[in-house]
Amino acid sequence: MARFRQATWEELLVFERTNPGAIAYSLPSLAQEVRAALPKPLETLPASLRRRTPPALPELSEPEVVQHFVRLSQMNYCIDLGLYPLGSCTMKYNPPMNEQLAANPKFAQVHPDQDCSTVQGTLHILYELQQWLAAITGMDAFTLQPAAGAHGELTGVLLIRAYHADRGELESRREIIVPDSAHGTNPASAAMAGFDVVVVPSNDQGQVDLQALRGAVSKRTAGLMLTNPNTLGLFEREIETIAQIVHKAGGLLYYDGANLNATLGRVRPGDMGFDVVHTNLHKTFSTPHGGGGPGAGPVGVKAPLAPYLPVPLVAFDGKRYYLDDQRPKTIGRMHGFLGNAAVQLRAFAYILRMGEQGLRAVTDHAVLNANYVMKRLEGVRGFTVPFAPGTWRKHEIVVSAKALSHETGITARDVAKALLDRGIHAPTFYFPAIVDEALMIEPSETYSKAELDRFVDVLREISDQAYSSPDLVRQTPSNTAVGRLDEVKAAHPRTMALTWRMFQQRRSQAPPA
Amino acid sequence: MLAALGVTSIDELFKDIPAKLRFRGRLGVPEGLSETEACRQVEALLDQNWNPSQIVSFLGGGVWPHLIPEALKAVVRRTEFLTAYTPYQPEISQGMLQTLFEYQSLIAELVDLPIVNASMYDWASALGESALMTARVTGRHLFLVPQFMSPERQAVLRTYAGPAQLRLQSVRTDPVHGSLDLEHLKESVRGETAGVYVENPAYLGYLEPQVEAISEIAHDAGAKFVVGVDPISLGVLRPPGDYGADVVVGEGQPLGSGVSFGGPLLGLFGCRDDRQLLRQLPGRLIGLTTTQDGARRGYVMTLQTREQHIRREQATSNICSNQALCAVTAAVYLCLLGPKGLQQLGEQIMQQRRYAEQQLAKLPGVRAPRFDAPHFKEFVVTLEGKSIRGAEPVKISAVLERMRQEQVLGGIPLDQRFPDLGQSVLVCVTEAHTKDHIDKLANALRKALEVS
Repeated sequence: MARFRQATWEELLVFERTNPGAIAYSLPSLAQEVRAALPKPLETLPASLRRRTPPALPELSEPEVVQHFVRLSQMNYCIDLGLYPLGSCTMKYNPPMNEQLAANPKFAQVHPDQDCSTVQGTLHILYELQQWLAAITGMDAFTLQPAAGAHGELTGVLLIRAYHADRGELESRREIIVPDSAHGTNPASAAMAGFDVVVVPSNDQGQVDLQALRGAVSKRTAGLMLTNPNTLGLFEREIETIAQIVHKAGGLLYYDGANLNATLGRVRPGDMGFDVVHTNLHKTFSTPHGGGGPGAGPVGVKAPLAPYLPVPLVAFDGKRYYLDDQRPKTIGRMHGFLGNAAVQLRAFAYILRMGEQGLRAVTDHAVLNANYVMKRLEGVRGFTVPFAPGTWRKHEIVVSAKALSHETGITARDVAKALLDRGIHAPTFYFPAIVDEALMIEPSETYSKAELDRFVDVLREISDQAYSSPDLVRQTPSNTAVGRLDEVKAAHPRTMALTWRMFQQRRSQAPPA
Repeated sequence: MLAALGVTSIDELFKDIPAKLRFRGRLGVPEGLSETEACRQVEALLDQNWNPSQIVSFLGGGVWPHLIPEALKAVVRRTEFLTAYTPYQPEISQGMLQTLFEYQSLIAELVDLPIVNASMYDWASALGESALMTARVTGRHLFLVPQFMSPERQAVLRTYAGPAQLRLQSVRTDPVHGSLDLEHLKESVRGETAGVYVENPAYLGYLEPQVEAISEIAHDAGAKFVVGVDPISLGVLRPPGDYGADVVVGEGQPLGSGVSFGGPLLGLFGCRDDRQLLRQLPGRLIGLTTTQDGARRGYVMTLQTREQHIRREQATSNICSNQALCAVTAAVYLCLLGPKGLQQLGEQIMQQRRYAEQQLAKLPGVRAPRFDAPHFKEFVVTLEGKSIRGAEPVKISAVLERMRQEQVLGGIPLDQRFPDLGQSVLVCVTEAHTKDHIDKLANALRKALEVS
């Protein structure tokens, strides 16, 4: 295996590379009649609205712009470079076929406000995707509108809110319950939808503590947010009892779909008793994450909640597809248009390509890969897999480096950085908080046995190094474009620089060195 | 691998799922296809759309057609950007972090404010978040918006504001000029006003010139001044930071992202360098710093204590995934155009729009533009004529349908959205249109009116 070395360019900010007078792009020239229609456009603007000084954008030639950004791209790790076992993020391969389809002008140049008669193909695709997602999750109706997972969560909690409001119970149902192992977006979404958050602890098996849950539910309960399998990668076996407890108290069950990759064709949130589900198309359904987005977070519901779904929904009357915005009980709109349509199209193509059997194989291989890594990590010094020994994980495992940290001083963060140094993206670390020195590993289905073997070998090598020469681990990474960064300086009011402009201001205010 | 686990089948790995819950049926998804078959099937469906290369469209209203440089496409297609996750590991993600820092910096120059976040979902959700932010900063519960704004954007704002008990109230707009009724604004703005919002350009295309007066009225009442922008106009239009905006939101899609059936979009979000505002800012921020040894510059995600993964229910927003790749797109776009390109683009768009207004205004019974005001790239056209049968007014919906038969999509009909505006349509003209396109628009409208 070749040694990893990331490209390192001393790439100045684009503002520092400015080359006055250079221009990279030329516009088509206008016909004489068009120019004559408004010979001096700026002069027609009122003084209060005319830009007085041009924006201080850099001036560059086309090759300079391209080189700058290609160099930057070379200092960025990605799925197409190798293993990306980032827990809860489901970093699977993103098929190039989907990129080509999303770039098709017959999709990409179509406007969302076109008359429905002119966009039947796109509406057909979106309608069918709604149906497929409902089938996969066991729900009755779907909206594609949410632009990300957290946006889907907000949508889902607002649906719960509307349901209770419609029954005249919103005044009393003020609480959303979340387990202590939940993703941070769950409590944040609940709060944004106007609810108080009640946290229930996990038991020593890493599952929702039923006693604590019984104690937490009441007439104030609006709902419970849960992911299953949970963030430890464990299936919540008591899910039926959990659903019963919450439903009996009059609350609803919300399924955080971040871990849906563990369920395809094996188990469905709808069958577990969930009333609302969000999916992450950029996780489970292979759409690229683009360095942070755009993703998509479609939301599905059981029939009693369907009247509250956001408008418009893509609908079909047996002959034609149309946008249904005549829904009097709707929570309203979540997005200016129909959400991240180009992401939705990619997910449609992925499901079409995988098919019934393929989707099930996705989950089977994802679960096999996670457990294989867990098994092979046995006996690697300093690492343990806390909670529920002997229980198979689902799509991800959470390893604790507590012993390593205790015995060598090498923390989960150090392990993560040492992995980067060997050309492997770090797992999610320090989450969930119920595991000390957590390393959350989700290999996904798209990596081979050979690659997983190498991953474990590298972890063993790091462990060995931690015990033999911990300082070497602490000095990592040095094969990446930069070493460890000063996060305190980045956040300190005197040195904080969030833009080039702010950087220059702070620099000019700083006392001379 | 199964042997390593000591199991004989994958089924055993799912044994902890209660038998009753294990799914044994068929999902009802079709059987899988090869790449070629799947592509053919999707392409066959897309063939059922009207072919964009055979029609001329003047639809805008929040998603607008603009030219996209090939160099931009080449950069944004790179899988190093496309297939990366959020840059949680800065040492191995400097490319994305520096590019997003440059995005924040470029937008900051454009809007003339020192702080810009790394993106929101779209203009509508950015507006919703801005309203919540002004409420948190001021501890107040009223948000004033103009009478005429995008119905979709307003609907999203309402969705966001509701749970926070934030009330929305419209300020009257002058029916002739489209500008805000300052007297009504003064009456409406009260001690409980968290924010006053205006758009430049407005949804209906006209500009709001009284920005300084509005800023003063808002600030005198202790409210924050929030301005929504189309950033592609800011090569020629005055930036909101220069006229008192505390918060700027907007739609970044024109900066190199296609129309794409309305998504992905790019929510802009920026604010003044004010500690109170910064502490309440939603979304990710990239900061410039150095390596720990101080030897090299580097970039990190910063001020994360505002965010959901640290602060949970106390976070300023629940946003996690944003629209990073669209921000990359906007950064490359702005670098390709530069200050001169962006100004020239703004001027061209205004000239094209003016030419279109003139061609349409020549037609009998057509008022273009409806509002007596400066405009940028969109304008309202109102049909004032009677139908050929004489009795009832010409219906915009019927006229647009006839224009469609000529392969011309004439704009967004406003009769349902703004009944007060009569039989009107919102027309968008950009640098992506040619003179021929505009002549075709005028011709199609003429023909449609002749038979209406």
